[in-house]
Amino acid sequence: MTDTVAPTAPTAAPSRPDPADRRRARGSGPSIRSILKHAVLILCALVMLYPVLWMVVSSLRPNDVIFRDPSLLLNDLETGNYAEGWNAFADPFSVYLVNSSIVVLGAIIGNLISCSMAAYAFARLEFSGKRWWFAIMLLTIMLPIHVIIVPQYVLFSQLGWVNTFLPLIVPKLLATDAFFVFLMVQFIRGIPIELDEAARIDGAGHPRIFAQVILPLMVPALATTAIFTFIWTWNDFFSQLIYLTDPDLYTVPLALRAFVDAQAGTNWGAALAMSVVSLVPIFLVFLFGQRFLLRGIATTGGK
Amino acid sequence: MSATTELRHLGKHGSTAKRQNKTAFLFLLPWFLGLFVITLGPMLASLILSFTDYNLLQPAEFSGLENFSRMLGDERLHRSLGVTFTYVLVSVPAQLSLALALAIVLDRGVRGLAFYRSMFYLPSLLGASVAIAVLWRMVFGADGLFNDGLGLLGIEGRGWISEPETALGTLITLNVWTFGSPMVIFLAGLRQIPAMYYEAASADGASRWRQFLSVTLPLLTPIIFFNLVLQIIHAFQSFTQAFIVSGGTGGPADSTLFYTLYLYQRGFGNFDMGYASALAWLLLLVIGAFTAINFWASKYWVFYND
Repeated sequence: MTDTVAPTAPTAAPSRPDPADRRRARGSGPSIRSILKHAVLILCALVMLYPVLWMVVSSLRPNDVIFRDPSLLLNDLETGNYAEGWNAFADPFSVYLVNSSIVVLGAIIGNLISCSMAAYAFARLEFSGKRWWFAIMLLTIMLPIHVIIVPQYVLFSQLGWVNTFLPLIVPKLLATDAFFVFLMVQFIRGIPIELDEAARIDGAGHPRIFAQVILPLMVPALATTAIFTFIWTWNDFFSQLIYLTDPDLYTVPLALRAFVDAQAGTNWGAALAMSVVSLVPIFLVFLFGQRFLLRGIATTGGK
Repeated sequence: MSATTELRHLGKHGSTAKRQNKTAFLFLLPWFLGLFVITLGPMLASLILSFTDYNLLQPAEFSGLENFSRMLGDERLHRSLGVTFTYVLVSVPAQLSLALALAIVLDRGVRGLAFYRSMFYLPSLLGASVAIAVLWRMVFGADGLFNDGLGLLGIEGRGWISEPETALGTLITLNVWTFGSPMVIFLAGLRQIPAMYYEAASADGASRWRQFLSVTLPLLTPIIFFNLVLQIIHAFQSFTQAFIVSGGTGGPADSTLFYTLYLYQRGFGNFDMGYASALAWLLLLVIGAFTAINFWASKYWVFYND
């Protein structure tokens, strides 16, 4: 019915088309259709990615050309934007990259340790009120950070933690990213329990089963967690904006924001160049960790 | 025999259960600390603060329902609710429709599936960053890339971000642009539909459109529902993009004043922490209500196979 491109198909066929006709229709139809399909898909991808490609190209153009040239053609390479952007502030941009890296690394280590421990308890141990705690854990995944940010800020400021990286890292050491606990619980449930039992017969207790049996087997889930934590923390703006006000402690998103906030005469070339720099780590993680990313969102529906 | 083994098993289970309580507590210790100190404690505190007048410097002063009665007359709050509802109700359906359409196209044995999936997925990783928001400011500016594109088609452009009528539209576009992650979830869901359903349907002479309506769509409704709930909750909390595109103001003329942005301005711009806490709880109630309505409505359109 949908093979309308087959010109030989009899339009007024009294009964169902005979098998030979159908086969011919299928043979000729899909080839044209698939070309069309690919054309549409490529066009879609191009429209979507054009701004990003343009950003990369424009960061290599002189400032006065950027807004006049919508093409992706590069006549001559202008690396001045990168040099200017790198040194636009009191600190070189490398300081912000290092700051972001510290926060990201702390968050990853925190999430890996605390979430895997909690996940082991939920997946493998029996304890009173387990169903309730599990339900609470699931609910906290949905909790908007805004509901807790004000008292959290009061708490951390009384501890003297404002303008340190601690408010961004310590919560991760306490498994507050419940999404990853859930992801790991799902993963551990898929590991055959016979492996635990074999280890128990060998005299292993839970700490050893966790460390020597479960952890090595859940490396894919750990990788997914590490990669998502990387991307979310690297992109995070809200909590970094609130807790870091000292320019020496600025992370990459805060530094970029300072660029465009200087309303009078933003140096757009330099802003673009540093934006490109800030996206390189995400892009690299995407290139090398895609397998884990796709598996992660396909199984649990993360962002 | 089986009874005795079961009994023995039960007994064993009973004695280990007590021991496991302690072990489980140790494994859960970080999580419990986080739950009570970082999550539930502050949640309760913010509920209490919402009934006070608090500016961080002086001790909180009980003010009864004043924060909530203030909400009724707060026009910027009403504006921000309108902006946020528009954003959620337009961008989420648009984003999910696009995600579903492309997932279906890709699922039908397209060569190079992995390549296309990657290309479409990439923006959803980049979309939350400040860098992309900066880019958006340039693309939709008066002399930006978007107007250049329109110029090719002979259409007169405008300052999409600087005019109140269109500024929110650029943010909606940005959210739609990140359709890749729901698309991947749809793709995984489509994989779960057994091929024999399609074989049976086509043996009965069902057209592909008919197959889509009678096989694909009903079996996919749980995934659509899942994506819908998730993306709505997520969209309500959008902050970064509006902050960067408007330079933190929510302008022009409060047209991009997302709820979270207004909350930030009250709490961390004016240090009106009591009112900000009340705003936070209203947000929680609104999101909770939307999610509840979603679950209630799901009875009527979500099809569970089992």
